[in-house]
Amino acid sequence: MSAPVLAIRDLTIPLPRLSDRAHAVEGLSLMVAPGEILCVVGESGSGKSVTAHAVMGLLPPVLKPSRGEILLQGEDVVKASPARLRALRGGRMAMVFQEPMTALNPVLQVGAQIDEILEAHADRLSGSERRARVLALMRDVHLPDPERMAGAYPHQLSGGQRQRVMIAMALANDPALIIADEPTTALDVTTQAQILRLMRELQARRDAGILFITHDFGVVAEIADRVAVMKGGRLVEEGTAAAVLRSPRDPYTRMLIAAVPSATPPPPRPRPAATAPVLNTRALEKTYGGGLFSRAGRTVRALDGVTLTLQPGETLGIVGESGSGKSTLARCVARFVDPTGGEIRLDGTDIAPLSGRALHPYRRRVQVIFQDPYRSLNPRRTVGQAITEGPRNYGLPREEAFERARRLLDLVGLDASALDRFPHEFSGGQRQRIAIARALAMEPALLIADEAVSALDVSVQAQVLDLFESVRERLNLAILFITHDLRVAARLCDRLIVMLNGQVVEEGETAAVFAAPRHAYTRALFAAAPGAHRVEADPPAASGAAGS
Amino acid sequence: MSAPAAAPARTLPPVLRHPGVLFGLAVLLVVLVAALAAPWLGTVDPIQLRPRLRLRPPSGAAWFGTDAFGRDVYSRVVYGARVSLAIGAAVALTAVVLGLAIGLVAGYIRWLDTVVMRVMDGVMAIPSILLAIALVTLSGAGVLTVIVAITIPEIPRVARLVRGVVLSVREEPYVEAAIGAGTRLPLLLWRHVLPNTIAPLIVQGTYVCASAILTEAILSFLGAGIPTEVPSWGNVMAEGRQAFQLAPWVILFPGLCVAATVLAVNILGDGLRDALDPRIARRVGALR
Repeated sequence: MSAPVLAIRDLTIPLPRLSDRAHAVEGLSLMVAPGEILCVVGESGSGKSVTAHAVMGLLPPVLKPSRGEILLQGEDVVKASPARLRALRGGRMAMVFQEPMTALNPVLQVGAQIDEILEAHADRLSGSERRARVLALMRDVHLPDPERMAGAYPHQLSGGQRQRVMIAMALANDPALIIADEPTTALDVTTQAQILRLMRELQARRDAGILFITHDFGVVAEIADRVAVMKGGRLVEEGTAAAVLRSPRDPYTRMLIAAVPSATPPPPRPRPAATAPVLNTRALEKTYGGGLFSRAGRTVRALDGVTLTLQPGETLGIVGESGSGKSTLARCVARFVDPTGGEIRLDGTDIAPLSGRALHPYRRRVQVIFQDPYRSLNPRRTVGQAITEGPRNYGLPREEAFERARRLLDLVGLDASALDRFPHEFSGGQRQRIAIARALAMEPALLIADEAVSALDVSVQAQVLDLFESVRERLNLAILFITHDLRVAARLCDRLIVMLNGQVVEEGETAAVFAAPRHAYTRALFAAAPGAHRVEADPPAASGAAGS
Repeated sequence: MSAPAAAPARTLPPVLRHPGVLFGLAVLLVVLVAALAAPWLGTVDPIQLRPRLRLRPPSGAAWFGTDAFGRDVYSRVVYGARVSLAIGAAVALTAVVLGLAIGLVAGYIRWLDTVVMRVMDGVMAIPSILLAIALVTLSGAGVLTVIVAITIPEIPRVARLVRGVVLSVREEPYVEAAIGAGTRLPLLLWRHVLPNTIAPLIVQGTYVCASAILTEAILSFLGAGIPTEVPSWGNVMAEGRQAFQLAPWVILFPGLCVAATVLAVNILGDGLRDALDPRIARRVGALR
């Protein structure tokens, strides 16, 4: 193997005093060879992003490496002056960020943003040469019609196209090292698959080393040559992708890999015989725009004739990508927004036309668990106040409401002492448990989980999914489970609905949909699911995952 | 609210540890004590005319000198602090309370928003000094008129601020969760929305207070403010105008008081903004 592009030796970065641990990164040693993709995997707080930022010299001033070196082609980045770092960034190393919308300047045309990188570093190029190079780069990352697209602003592009622009910017000066910090986490699965394919292709064509930060072992299986697993700032395991995925040595790695939901649904569980449905919607519609002041014709059909039925004790998965209307469906059923057409029958009563006082008695029957556990609990109110708010709104005396809250905290696996504490004292997974307890306190007939596990680390995700399962068994709840992740849907749902552009394109028993998807879009979703290829690569001496 | 009640007793609330907050509060406290204790601070009757002692420079007998009618400038400045502080506080309080109510309604009740905010835009378009002069002309000079005249143009600024906060908070999942829990609108606003407006309101309130003290001084200086038998920093300066070259002390001392007080209130406001903004506070905390 030739000399490494990046060599991190014994890197230690202390955290400020009063942090939850002493070091963000401790004694870390890593190497990236030319033309190699090293995936750094870890959950939140593992130090993987701090490592990436340290290599780029982008650490906030409070974080300073206290020991070790970061050698970029033999040059120590830790000791480099700010001017030297500026020259190295964008020149010899480049970074692709997680959120392409915020990483691009919204008021500059994307062509100009790529050009800026060239201008800053390759000063020998003339204007027309740079222009040609910008277009060539945009072609390299497969942006359609580069001449036209160079004049577009970031908001005119899709998420995937924006990330392609980011990658073109990273490639602009042929860097030796590309750092990709969760570059596909904010993207839809099908887009994610395209971006991963693009990075593989570019890496094969150019000789750059890639440091790829991710939390998702599915993505690792797709793209990594080698894997480094981090936990609490330390390296716990390192090896070739094939070796780590097939026979992980460290228990933490094993736990992470096991926590990735399998892409094959478990055998269908026995369900109670069909009775009166809890929820059934008929031709539900929601159109945005078209108000008094909006321009004629500027309307968006977020929901277009959605009909579904949900029995007590049943879990119905709604799967789709962003913009498919799945969240609008949840918000209509929970009546946070008013549907523009159709029926929502809850226990037989149509609640779609109701509002205000007439709706009040039905609200308690439908409860929602939101995606972001950090924003779904009021930071100023104690857990006890949060859980008892709903029952007390419906007239339950304070003592009984708190008694119920204690029982529910026990059910979701938290101590009763949590009642007097504030949300910020809990981790993301614990907060999601609190949110579940709050929803259950209303004794609902229908629970809507709107991407309820998407913001959680995989290991925590697995625990919260377990909790959903046990709650469903004990309380015979109907659950509307909204997710973009087929693997999660497979794990929990009895039936699946696949949505695209506000319409239901496929519906069926989970096992049946997984075994034989009928609609082309469903098949595309399956093909794009990260780690889908791992299953084939797993058996003897396969080279699929680590190959090329 | 009820939240801090659960917190254990601390030595000093974190807000008070900010140097700007400490400095601003200290200066304001000095001015406030001086205003309240005016009769016992070596002052004489601030409106007593002494024709024989006109335009005397500062001395042991009259610390800040005397004005064109022989009145003691020191006494007038100390008593004048009462008016200036009262106007600052009254305007800040009224503007914040009314602006909060209007902003909450506009931010939460969609169909009212357009109407209310266009009216607010209209009010903002009136120059505050002109409005004050018009009001004083209509209803006669007096402390109350001046307070009303300064308050009206400040209300839309507060209302806009509150509306902005409400618009962003109402999209928070915890507000939706409360709606889902059947919490009715008044309680929803009180419990989940209002607490978020308190920090920006305190900050805005200090700025309103500072600008009210200045506007009162300007109005009095223009002769459209408080009548001269009630000393205020503004009208003391106004009366010193004609004899400025002969007796600069008549303007200098009240001017310094206005400057120091307004500066203190502004520094307090900046300090509160930094200390109460969770994003900035966190950054400061991380630096420790």
